[in-house]
Amino acid sequence: MVTDDGKPGRIRPAPENHLAASPDPVRRGFLRRAVALGGGALAARTAGSVRADDALDKNLPPHVPEWSRTLGAPTLASPYGVPAKYEANVKRRESPGLTRTPQSSVAFTPLQSLFGIITPSGLHFERHHAGMPDVDPHQHRLMVHGLVANPRIYTMDDIVRFPSVSRVHFIECGANTGMEWGNVAVPTVQYSHGMLSCSEWTGVLLSTLLDEVGIDRAKAKYLLAEGADGASLTRTIPLAMALDDVLVCYGQNGEMLRPEQGYPLRLLVPGVQGVSSVKWLRRIEVGDQPWNTREEALHYIDLMPGGKHRQYTWIHEAKSVITAPSGGQVLLDHGYHEITGLAWSGRGKVSRVDVSTDGGRNWRTARLSEPVLTKALTRFRIDWTWNGGPALLQSRVIDETGYVQPTIRQLRAVRGIRSIYHNNAIQTWRVDATGEVSNVQVL
Amino acid sequence: MRASFFLCVSAYLCGLPSFAIAAPLQFGFGKPATTQEIAGWDIDVRPDGTGLPKGRGSVAQGQALYDEKCASCHGTFGESNSYLQIAGGVGSLATDQPVRTTGSKLNFATTLWDYINRAMPFNAPQTLSPDEVYALTAYVLNLNDIVPADAVLDADSLPKLRMPNRNGFTTDHGFMRRDGKPDTRNVLCMKDCVQVVRLSSEMPDYARDQHGNLAEQARVVGTTGTIAAGKATAGSRSGLELAKAVACTACHGVTERLVGPGFREVATRYAGDASAESRLIAKMRAGGAGAWGAVPMPAQPQVKESEARALVQWILAGAK
Repeated sequence: MVTDDGKPGRIRPAPENHLAASPDPVRRGFLRRAVALGGGALAARTAGSVRADDALDKNLPPHVPEWSRTLGAPTLASPYGVPAKYEANVKRRESPGLTRTPQSSVAFTPLQSLFGIITPSGLHFERHHAGMPDVDPHQHRLMVHGLVANPRIYTMDDIVRFPSVSRVHFIECGANTGMEWGNVAVPTVQYSHGMLSCSEWTGVLLSTLLDEVGIDRAKAKYLLAEGADGASLTRTIPLAMALDDVLVCYGQNGEMLRPEQGYPLRLLVPGVQGVSSVKWLRRIEVGDQPWNTREEALHYIDLMPGGKHRQYTWIHEAKSVITAPSGGQVLLDHGYHEITGLAWSGRGKVSRVDVSTDGGRNWRTARLSEPVLTKALTRFRIDWTWNGGPALLQSRVIDETGYVQPTIRQLRAVRGIRSIYHNNAIQTWRVDATGEVSNVQVL
Repeated sequence: MRASFFLCVSAYLCGLPSFAIAAPLQFGFGKPATTQEIAGWDIDVRPDGTGLPKGRGSVAQGQALYDEKCASCHGTFGESNSYLQIAGGVGSLATDQPVRTTGSKLNFATTLWDYINRAMPFNAPQTLSPDEVYALTAYVLNLNDIVPADAVLDADSLPKLRMPNRNGFTTDHGFMRRDGKPDTRNVLCMKDCVQVVRLSSEMPDYARDQHGNLAEQARVVGTTGTIAAGKATAGSRSGLELAKAVACTACHGVTERLVGPGFREVATRYAGDASAESRLIAKMRAGGAGAWGAVPMPAQPQVKESEARALVQWILAGAK
């Protein structure tokens, strides 16, 4: 095992041993604080461990656990399975005060609690502009028209008949991390980076549909994609992307799309800010110029120093974030800790991720976990021994174009602090001497 | 796969554009979209005015409609920033305090028409007639001093309007193409890359608890625990959670007015009023009208007396 100081890290299995013997001043300090904060405010983990020390020790060796001495629940106890009841903490959340109405709001993915690269469908972040419509798939239609030879209307059955593909891609809202341009503002990675999810999407390539209807290749330059929600949300898609890898999707992680993700049909524009992946897709119009829609002229535009807005900022540049340890967590013990996180690029594959534990002074290259896919989340991992001193954890991605994730200082030098969108700066988490991890910025 | 060919025998009968006649279809799924079907759904309006329907509307007509359908969210003069602020801020974008509004940001008035037509009112989109959309567009532009009070807009005049921020947009950036040029060039230094690491920002104490109890927001199994919420008392958190649970927050913000007043506005009004608690508990459950404007507060019989008391105490304590 490679560690910062070359010494082997102590691996302490979690969670059974955490309180059995507690000589560690860090852990005792943490517990003291948690208890001092009073009654029901105990950390969930701490509470569980306390119970393990007394009331529940009848389930610990040498005793035989009660669940080993009884008959379990039958099959089909839950025909559509749900997570274990102990996992109730792992859910989407809104950021208080961020939006004014729950119909036009955001629910963030709990990245701090997830493994691997696939976001469970029920935890995929939500962003609706006029609420989530209840679309009957039998009455849903996709109209393709404009500069085409054969304007067509498709039922869902029609769409599913076309040759299909399944691809893993991330979706990230253009405003992800948008609250952190000037200073840190939110406590955990769920709120700082949680408008980010990754699924296996199944559908028909948009190029297949465009070939079918016969676009006017001399004139066609852009498409308009329109949703069937109350916002009738519209976005301009450049033809070059449409003919490349844009999907018209009905499948997500093996099942039909979730309603929050556009059931029964959505666009998926890989590597591009999420708003372009129009949900509840009902219409594609082929045209010769951008549409300058409301979501392209009042929102999803990037205010630059000097007062101009960048328009049509589609692509997500490469970005990464450490998800554990991350803000709001506490290192319960000295010794070995795996640092892990996610990296992605709207321009292709992740080539490499480096990790620093000293605020960017020194870097080591992390391991990338297979699969490493284009415009998909990539999981990275690296070993670390925490010896109890303060640390500043950072990750830095390099994508296949050679682009290196920038510092917040570099981004601000070009874009100032008011552009809201496309903040792909290197994230810093501070580990203090007690093991608490918090959100900080370094300049 | 079996290639099939769908040929329209007559463009007239099929209601299709004439150039569709000879194009073969490889799969032939679906059905032709008729001119009439397309017309019903093809509602987008481009900056050059393509897509604008016949119709016309005046500022005065727009004002009447606006007061009826829009002012409750956007404010009487478009000044409310509870939702997107629609008036004011023209010329402020280059300053240190940019005021981002429809009037200060938008480059083409056609986009305003398109959006009102497709998405407003928020609770009943696509219910306005073209005349009404022209009228509301005229009024919103008048609120921004872009058209005079006697203006009448139609498909001819709307695209000709020059918005204050007409030249405020740029596509001179690398985000439109997969091979676009990035803004930054970070270097791949590995050792002794910076001499002094300076912390420029950390979570302020007041912000730390705004997202609730972090200890309840992480997986219970793992090598890390979670930080219990710091300074806020259990009571304050349960106040907002309770307000959400019994749906107060559908109409009330903590600080800002939505349909009804913000909780802190309520606290301010009744500060020092010893009898407020009992009156508000009764009003919360029985409903009331007149204290905060025209919209009545509906009765909330599902809220238990104990819940109402906890909520009112939390609100009057400043909803913190």
